[in-house]
Amino acid sequence: MTSKTILNDTHRALGAKMVDFGGWDMPIHYGSQIEEHHQVRRDAGMFDVSHMTVVDLRGGQVRPFLRRLVANSVDKLLKPGKALYTCMLNAQGGVIDDLIVYYLAEDWFRLVVNAATRDKDLAWIVAQAEPFGIGVAERPELSMIAVQGPTARERVLGLLGDADAARTGKLVKFSAAELPGTAFGDLFVARTGYTGEDGFEIVVPEAHAVALWNALLEAGVKPAGLGARDTLRLEAGMNLYGQDMDESVTPYEAALGWTVALDEGRAFNGRDALERQQRDGVPRQMIGLVMDEKGVLRHGQKVLTAQGEGEILSGTFSPTIGKAIAFARVPAGDVSGGVRVDIRGREVPVRVARFPFVRDGAAL
Amino acid sequence: MSEIPGDLKFLKSHEWARVEGDGKVTIGISDHAQGLLGDLVYVELPAVGDSIEAGNACAVVESVKAASDVYAPVSGTVTAVNAALADKPETINEDAYGEGWLFVVEASEPDQLNDMLGPDDYAELLEDDGH
Repeated sequence: MTSKTILNDTHRALGAKMVDFGGWDMPIHYGSQIEEHHQVRRDAGMFDVSHMTVVDLRGGQVRPFLRRLVANSVDKLLKPGKALYTCMLNAQGGVIDDLIVYYLAEDWFRLVVNAATRDKDLAWIVAQAEPFGIGVAERPELSMIAVQGPTARERVLGLLGDADAARTGKLVKFSAAELPGTAFGDLFVARTGYTGEDGFEIVVPEAHAVALWNALLEAGVKPAGLGARDTLRLEAGMNLYGQDMDESVTPYEAALGWTVALDEGRAFNGRDALERQQRDGVPRQMIGLVMDEKGVLRHGQKVLTAQGEGEILSGTFSPTIGKAIAFARVPAGDVSGGVRVDIRGREVPVRVARFPFVRDGAAL
Repeated sequence: MSEIPGDLKFLKSHEWARVEGDGKVTIGISDHAQGLLGDLVYVELPAVGDSIEAGNACAVVESVKAASDVYAPVSGTVTAVNAALADKPETINEDAYGEGWLFVVEASEPDQLNDMLGPDDYAELLEDDGH
């Protein structure tokens, strides 16, 4: 059974081409994926991300629970509203999912996890939470709209009352505010995103989601599909769960070492395995690739290095750079001289590049 | 979806062929095919002088989403390729039956064209695909 967000009819009325995405009927584009991509880089676009899973954790022991659940340290979250990107790991250090943790109050943290991993995530979280006696509540009645791009913030602020706009305008990156009783109901606005652009992710009650979407449209924010979301996030050097990492991969093998905090005395799931890997050496690495030749790097293509074979994880055509870009997982070792990629039987030399590939709307 | 021109013939795999006044055959992909692929970003064409064989892959069109082989509807020798597509592959999205043509073949076995679908049969095929 395919799930639909409350905006499904709205997408169709806007001419969206719909596809199945992890069991959800979602817009891949509204005409041109590349135009939507540029719209977000140059102005402002919005994405229906209501398929993502919002989970509220409540109780006195939430922080101790999160210290165990995730590999980054929630003790970095000092001010209510602050957010943290992290992975939750299994005992082997494999990534169960990546997620954002929002600290709202000492007895209330909010998680936003991926849609495709919803069932296993909830089962894992509930099982792990049991000894801590906390409440785990999914919030399926909440929708989510990501508004992204250099003009996204001002366009959103224009829809809010003066006091709310002032508060929201002051949000620093990677933090959120609750805005109760707006014209669109009780909102939760976070200065986060998955495009490399500034903007907000807005959690809105389902009953108000269509009105908010239409108001944004009226304010000049154009709809963008999951296709553009994918090319934008890859340009921004952001991982996609299931493609760039999964339970067979540790954060160190997925270029997510920066999200791991080996802080003193904190026993989190997977820590032993990570420390072992640090000690013995990480066998694989995730690298960024840019292809100067024509063609497109794609998931599953074989990558040849001096140390052995690897494969393309996420690969696409970068509309901003005008070349193919990709993540690849390859054996550890020096690849600064470049690698070769097998594209339909042809071995094409490909440059190893730092990522993000694009920052502030421009190629790096 | 744009109107399917009446002078085209089609393969089930969504290539089109048009017999020009000089007997040569222009090949492209259908408007339906470009719609399925989405924004095209790269086209790999045969070279002028190449021999191609009906039913074999002889070009590649790549969109952001996928790479797709283009099959030759007729055998023959390539006499021209649409070099403008190298810089503007999106021309195929904009005008699949006109400026977005791929290459031209001097057909060695013109009868092969008779095996292709007419515009009405192709339109019916698309409907049967169940939209």
